Amino acid sequence: MALSKFAVATAAALMATGAWAECAFENPVPVKALTAGFAAWKVVTASMAECGNFEAELDQDFRLKQPAAFEANPSLYHIGGVSNSPFVPLYDQGTIRPLDDLVEKFGQDISPIQLIKLDGNVWAIAMMVNAQHLMYRSDILDELGIDVPATYEEVLDAAAKIKAAGVVEYPMGGTYKSGWNLGMEFINLYLGMGGEFFGESFAPAVNNDTGIATLETMKRITEYLDPEYLVSDSTYVQQQFQQGKIALANLWQSRAAAMDNPQESQVVGKVGMASAPMGSVRPSSTLWWDGIVIAKNITDEEAEAAFQVALEGMDSETITANNDTAVWLVDGFVPGAAAQGAIATAENGAAPFPASKAMGLMHTALGNIVSDYLTGATSAEEALAKVEAAYTTSAKDAGLL
Amino acid sequence: MKFRTFAAFVGPSVALMILFIAMPLASVFVQSFQVTRVIYEEIEVESCTPGFVAQTCVTETRLQPVVDDQGDMVVETEFVGFGSYINVLEPDRLAEALGEASWSRLMGIDFWKALRFTLTFTLVTLPLVLGTGLAIALAVNSVARSIRGQVIFVSLLPFIITPVIGALSIRWLFIGDGILTALLEWALDRDIAMFAQAWTIELMMLIYRVWHVAPFAFVVFYAGLQTVNSDTLESAVVDGASRFERLRYVIVPHLMPLIVFVALIHLMDAYRVFEEIVGFSSQAHVISLQWLTYDLLTPDQSGSRSISRASASAMLTMVGIVILLVPLLRKTWRDHRLGRI
Repeated sequence: MALSKFAVATAAALMATGAWAECAFENPVPVKALTAGFAAWKVVTASMAECGNFEAELDQDFRLKQPAAFEANPSLYHIGGVSNSPFVPLYDQGTIRPLDDLVEKFGQDISPIQLIKLDGNVWAIAMMVNAQHLMYRSDILDELGIDVPATYEEVLDAAAKIKAAGVVEYPMGGTYKSGWNLGMEFINLYLGMGGEFFGESFAPAVNNDTGIATLETMKRITEYLDPEYLVSDSTYVQQQFQQGKIALANLWQSRAAAMDNPQESQVVGKVGMASAPMGSVRPSSTLWWDGIVIAKNITDEEAEAAFQVALEGMDSETITANNDTAVWLVDGFVPGAAAQGAIATAENGAAPFPASKAMGLMHTALGNIVSDYLTGATSAEEALAKVEAAYTTSAKDAGLL
Repeated sequence: MKFRTFAAFVGPSVALMILFIAMPLASVFVQSFQVTRVIYEEIEVESCTPGFVAQTCVTETRLQPVVDDQGDMVVETEFVGFGSYINVLEPDRLAEALGEASWSRLMGIDFWKALRFTLTFTLVTLPLVLGTGLAIALAVNSVARSIRGQVIFVSLLPFIITPVIGALSIRWLFIGDGILTALLEWALDRDIAMFAQAWTIELMMLIYRVWHVAPFAFVVFYAGLQTVNSDTLESAVVDGASRFERLRYVIVPHLMPLIVFVALIHLMDAYRVFEEIVGFSSQAHVISLQWLTYDLLTPDQSGSRSISRASASAMLTMVGIVILLVPLLRKTWRDHRLGRI
C-alpha cells in the first residue's frame, strides 16, 4: 500500500510565461491538484498545466491523502481527482463545494452525462468511466483454438489449456495485491454472483454461500497466477501483459491502451478486449467514474480559476488527441478497439460500484482478510466471519452501527 | 554538583521530554479509553452517476453525517473503558483458538499474529546481532593496523543506509525475477518465488535486520576491546588458556556491560519492527505490532481512522517492550547496587 507512494509520485510544475497556445484561459492564481496516477490523469493534468500556474501531484494513494488534505483550511489542493468511492469521504466531510454556479458560468461545453449529482446539487464533473474487463492474448487463444471465455468457468478452462501448452510463464494475471485491489476482486465476483453486502441497517451479510463460492473461485484463479500475486497491483499486471508473461486477466480499461504502446509493450496488436466474465447474475466487474471536485476551503476566486483549469484539462481537444487512453465522457470521444471490453461489460449489465461509507469499511475489511483464506491460513467460513467481525468493529467505531 | 547547576543542565532536556514524550504518551493513554464517533442520520437522496450511454439516477438510503451550523460534522466522544483493548486483543476468539488448541485459528487474529512475528523477530535477531557484532569486532581487532581504517569503514556501511531504502533494495533484488532470485533459480535449477510464502519473507527480514544492525554492535564492542587489560590476557596465555578460553573468561566478562547495553537497545528497536513490513509489502503474510498500530491509524477506504484502537495497540506495544526489558534492567540494577558499574 505505502509502496506506491515511492513509486508513483510524480509532479508536473509549470509556471505561467504567457505563451500557452493550447489553453484558451490564462490562469492568474496558483492552482494545485491531487489525482490518481494512471495514464488518463497524466494526460489531463498535463493539459491543465498548459494554462500555467498549475501544479499536479499524481499519486495512486490519493484516496488516503485527500480527506486530510481537503480538510485543512486553506485546503492543500484546489482540484481533487476522485472516483466513486474516494468521493464519499470528501462529500461526507463537507470539504468540497457544490459546483452548480460554476457549471452555469463556465460549463457550456460540459455534457449533462458528466454531472455527478447528489441531493439536487452538482458535486463533481466526471471525465471518464472505467471498469475491469477481460483482456486476452488473441494470438494464443487462436493458436490453441480456444474461444474467448465468457464466464469464470470458461476462463479457468482456458487457463488450464494455456498452462498445459506452456506458451506463457503464467496463464493468468490478477490484481490480487492485498488491500484495496484484493478487496475489489472479491467485490467484483461477489456482485457478479448477485451477492448483497449488507442486511438490515448496514449489518454485514457476506458470510453466506455466495461469499464462500466467491472465495473458492478466487482460490482456483490463484492457481494460475504468479505465486507472488498478493503483491501484484494493476501496474504489475499491465507489465506482465506487456512483457508477454501472461495470457488472460481481468484488468482496468484505463490500462488497455498501454498494451498497444510500442515503447513499452512487446505484444502490440495481440491483446484483445472482451466483457468481464459473467457471474450468475451480471458481469464480475463494477462501473466507475473518474472526475474532479473543487475544494471548499479556498477563496471563490481560486475556485473559479481551478474550475476553468480543470475544464481546460478535459476539453475536447485533449480528449480527441488521446482518444484511446480512456473511455471519455467528453464530446468528441470515438470508442476505439481499446474501449470495446468496457462497453461490452456495461452492455452485459455491470452495476456501478456501490460507493458508500459502509462499503468503504467493508472494502477495507475484505482487502485485509481475504488473503488469510488464499494463503491457506483459515477456512472460507472463518475468513468471512472475520471479515464481518472486522467490519462490525470498525463500523461501531465510526458510528455507523 | 550544586542542585541549581544540575537543574540548569538537565532542565531543558526534561522540559522537552515532557513536551514531546510524556504529554503525547498521556494523550495516547487517554485516547485508548475513548472513542470519538461521527453522528449519522439515514436520509433518502437522489444520486446521479454516468453510465456508458446515459446517466443513471437512483434514489437510495444514505447514511449522512449530521452537520452543525458552521457546517462541521457533529461528533461525540464516549468513554469505552477497555473496549478498544478488547477489540485489539479479541479475547473471545483467543479463548476459542486456545480451547481448540488450534494454532492456525490463533494466527487468524491480527494482534496475536503480529505478536508472534514480533517476538520471533526480536528474539532470533538478538543473539545473531550480538554474535555477528562480536565476531566482526574480534576480526577487525586482529587485522593489521595499516588496513584497519578501511575495514572499519566497509563494516559500518550497512548501518548508514536508511532502513526503508535498505528494505526496498532487498525487495527489488528478490521480487518476481529480481536478479538475486534469478541467480538462485539458476544455481538451484528450480522456480523460486521469494514473496509467495511467509517463511521466505521472514527469513529475508531476519537476514536484512542482522546485516543492518550488526555494525552498531561491532562499533560498541570494538571500542570495548580497546580497553581489555592486556596484562590479564598475557597472564591467561601464560596459564595456558586457549583462544576460546581467553574469549570466554576474559574478554566476554569485560564486555558484559556493553553486551547488556547493545541487547537493551536492540530489543527496543527490534520490537518496533516496521520498515521491513512496509519495505517488503509483506502485510498479507507477515505483520508486526508497530505495523498494526500504523494500519489502524491509516485512513481506510471510507476515510476513517481507528484512533482509539491504534492508541490501545500503541499502549500494548509499550507494555510489551517494558516486559521484555525487565530481566535486563533488573540485572543492570543489581550490578549497579553491588557497585559493579
